[in-house]
Amino acid sequence: MRRVALTVNAVQHDLEVEPRELLVYVLRERLGLTGTNVGCDTSSCGSCTVLVNGESVKSCTMLGVQADGMDITTIEGLATNGELHPVQQAFHEHHALQCGYCTPGMVLAAVSLIESGKATGRDAIREGLEGNLCRCTGYHNIVEAVAAAAGVS
Amino acid sequence: MAVTEKTGTFVGTSVKRKEDASLLRGQGSFIDNLTLPGTAYMAVVRSPYPNARIKSVNLDAARAAEGVVAAFSGADLAGDWAGGMPCAWAVTEDIKMPPHYPLASEVARYQGDPVAVVVAESRALAKDAAELVDVDFEPLPSIADAVKALEEGAPLVHEDFGTNECYVWKLEAGDLQAAIDAADVVVTRRYFQPRLIPNAIEPRGVLAQVGPTGEITLWSATQTPHIQRFVLQLVLGVPESKIRVIAPDVGGGFGSKIQVYGEGPLAIVLARRLGRPVKWTEERAENYVGTIHGRDVVHELTFAATRDGDITAVKSEAWCAMGAYLELVAPGIPLLGAWLYSGPYEIPNYGVTFTGVFTHTTPTDAYRGAGRPEATYVLERTMDALARELDLDPVELRRKNFVREFPHTMASGLTIDAGDYHGTLDRLLEILDLDSIRADQEARRGRGDAKQIGVGFSTYNEMCGLAPSRILGAIRYAVGGWDSATIRFQPLGSVQVVVGTSPHGQSHETTFAQIVADRLGVGVDDVEVIHGDTAASQLGMDTYGSRSLSVGGIALWHASEKVIAKARQIVAHQLEVSEDDLEFESGTFTVKGSPDRNMTIQAAAFAAHVAHNLPDGMEPGLEETAVYDPPNFSWPAGAHAAVVEVDTETGDARLVRYVAVDDVGSPINPQIIDGQVHGGVTQGVAAALFEEGAYDDEGNLLTTTMTTYLVPSAAELPSFETDRIETHADNPLGVKGVGETGTIAAAPAVINAIVDALSHLGVTDVPMPATPERVWRAIEEVRR
Repeated sequence: MRRVALTVNAVQHDLEVEPRELLVYVLRERLGLTGTNVGCDTSSCGSCTVLVNGESVKSCTMLGVQADGMDITTIEGLATNGELHPVQQAFHEHHALQCGYCTPGMVLAAVSLIESGKATGRDAIREGLEGNLCRCTGYHNIVEAVAAAAGVS
Repeated sequence: MAVTEKTGTFVGTSVKRKEDASLLRGQGSFIDNLTLPGTAYMAVVRSPYPNARIKSVNLDAARAAEGVVAAFSGADLAGDWAGGMPCAWAVTEDIKMPPHYPLASEVARYQGDPVAVVVAESRALAKDAAELVDVDFEPLPSIADAVKALEEGAPLVHEDFGTNECYVWKLEAGDLQAAIDAADVVVTRRYFQPRLIPNAIEPRGVLAQVGPTGEITLWSATQTPHIQRFVLQLVLGVPESKIRVIAPDVGGGFGSKIQVYGEGPLAIVLARRLGRPVKWTEERAENYVGTIHGRDVVHELTFAATRDGDITAVKSEAWCAMGAYLELVAPGIPLLGAWLYSGPYEIPNYGVTFTGVFTHTTPTDAYRGAGRPEATYVLERTMDALARELDLDPVELRRKNFVREFPHTMASGLTIDAGDYHGTLDRLLEILDLDSIRADQEARRGRGDAKQIGVGFSTYNEMCGLAPSRILGAIRYAVGGWDSATIRFQPLGSVQVVVGTSPHGQSHETTFAQIVADRLGVGVDDVEVIHGDTAASQLGMDTYGSRSLSVGGIALWHASEKVIAKARQIVAHQLEVSEDDLEFESGTFTVKGSPDRNMTIQAAAFAAHVAHNLPDGMEPGLEETAVYDPPNFSWPAGAHAAVVEVDTETGDARLVRYVAVDDVGSPINPQIIDGQVHGGVTQGVAAALFEEGAYDDEGNLLTTTMTTYLVPSAAELPSFETDRIETHADNPLGVKGVGETGTIAAAPAVINAIVDALSHLGVTDVPMPATPERVWRAIEEVRR
């Protein structure tokens, strides 16, 4: 077991984790933050996307020990004082989720895309979300939601 | 009172989803988020061979591994089963139905067939130990191709049957052969629709708990809690009254979570043996071999027509892969399309033959559209082939053959209640601006551009709203097609609705609340929809086949009628007037002509609960249940068009526009309908361009991850253009269903568009999925 110190959603955690433990399972099973979902074993689907030091990372491609000292935001940490983050709100307004399983990862990928200034148009949004798969929505409403949150007309 | 003011009408408006509040915050109750105290974790050992004798299973090393609680082979658990996992659809009297148990104990018949289980203290330890299970397999010859599997000498999936032919099912109407013999033109085309892997982003999973007196609770990522409960009693030999199945939030299904898979009963018997809860979560790699696939059908479709384009007969023969065992409704999947080989067209002579075939592959079953995309694909592809043969415009050929008057009884015997096929196509053409696409096409051809453009059409209808129980009985389906709803006013006026269907993305909680809120005149937030738990809803037939709204929604409508009728009796009694003197509108009963004499339905509910002053003999409480058995299927229809740009040098085909005009009946929530169309279209487009569950000849799956099986991302797709026309289905809400329309329509539209883009080169067919290599080869073939 290894000791790691993580800041997750602004809360400091000191944990003992197995060297082989993926970040997503540290979040889900040690911290009980089950909002981050696992959809594949191959870093393909993006359901497990979280923000690590502000950038979107597929938390199944990162070991818990690699996240030592880092600042992580999961879907549970996005709303403030009960108010949805603008991207969450846009997903609601534009019906950008159906079953909701890919949604936490998709929302965080979109937050990162917008904050990096790359959500400049619908095509750029589509390219920017390439790493996150949704099987329900056909992406149409996701693109509309992200465009709205990014202020793209 | 605890209720909110009702504001306006909800049905027909895009009420924002009630479901989103938890899902957007990461508070979904998905199966893998649920754990009970003392939970142990199950891992499944699967056959790496498509066909192999299991000579021995050595569990010693696994049992000795760290954290292992228990390990079992198929033989170890053979005594735990009261019966095999049944198939519910014996489509013919002489269908061959192989036994199918949760673990194979003698022969493993597909890559992924479960052969042993390990239970350990954690997911990781269970997986480690599963790798230590030593199975001595003797590989046997195997076959993956359904047509080849019927050839003499092909390896047999089930030796006892002496053949891989599972069944032959026929439907014929009119004088088929005479019509073909007499026709000016006969066109026959053969098409293969590859395997599709449903890929719900949430894999499957179960959590089983067995109580001290043997009562079973199974949490399962399933579309079908009631069907699970029914089947589990047969597999486990435990009465249904002792089984509770809960479907929590379910992360997509698309048909793949209908079936009763072995892992559910396995987790239950392990929980019973070990005295602690047992949980299993599927991994994606397991999902690709252990969850059903769809399609895998070879068709030969024949049209007979007059020289001026009147289609006089359609004849379809299809060879449908069942895989290694018969899943819950697998043999019947082709039948769901059996009445659709004439589609929206009036074709007087009709013949359909399906041959079900066993292969050494993952079992097939319902994947979005189930039977209807299969029929629609070959119908709409062959329409274009006939148009080319007759040198007619494909749009005009369709128009010429459309059904014009409704209700319309088809040659095949079923009656389409309502539709406007011309109107739907007209609206599509308005949006599409076909003239400018043709002008662009002409210009590119004239310049000899590398990138050519094409437009493809698909005018479809479908039968859904599964289904009239009498018809299901007539086609040998084991159970009925009704559904139920209960509406319960709570004392202070909020409303609980309990339904027998349960969602996995379809927005039941919002749509059903809209219906009830309008019927009862309450606020949409005052209606709580409870679903997915057999303890809450005893009567239900679950969610598939676009049935939740067109069957379950109508049950809800009837339940609301009953609630209003009882409330009316209470109000009449309390206001001392006749029931006939009361009007009910927006939640209030008013005495006709005396607007000041009134009583709200909430007040009636309170009166019903306190029961101080009810009519003689009336039972307290305001709660009613209705069970609705639809007299007919529902018949959504539409006209779709795809515009593709094809790079004739690389074979890359890119979808640039997609226009969908659908008639799904009266809309309840337009935004949710559009979302269903977008998602459905995407799955059809994906089948046309990207996705194929490919096996080698022996039955080794070649597409085993999301990096080789290409589920499209946002980057591969355009935004969609959608619109609706409305004809009202013959039910009180006028609704038809929308979950499958896009998937049914899209694949032929896209392939027709690619062929259209390349038609000036002489290309007449491109197989699905139209990968760059296949498109390039199709071009090279005609160039040679």
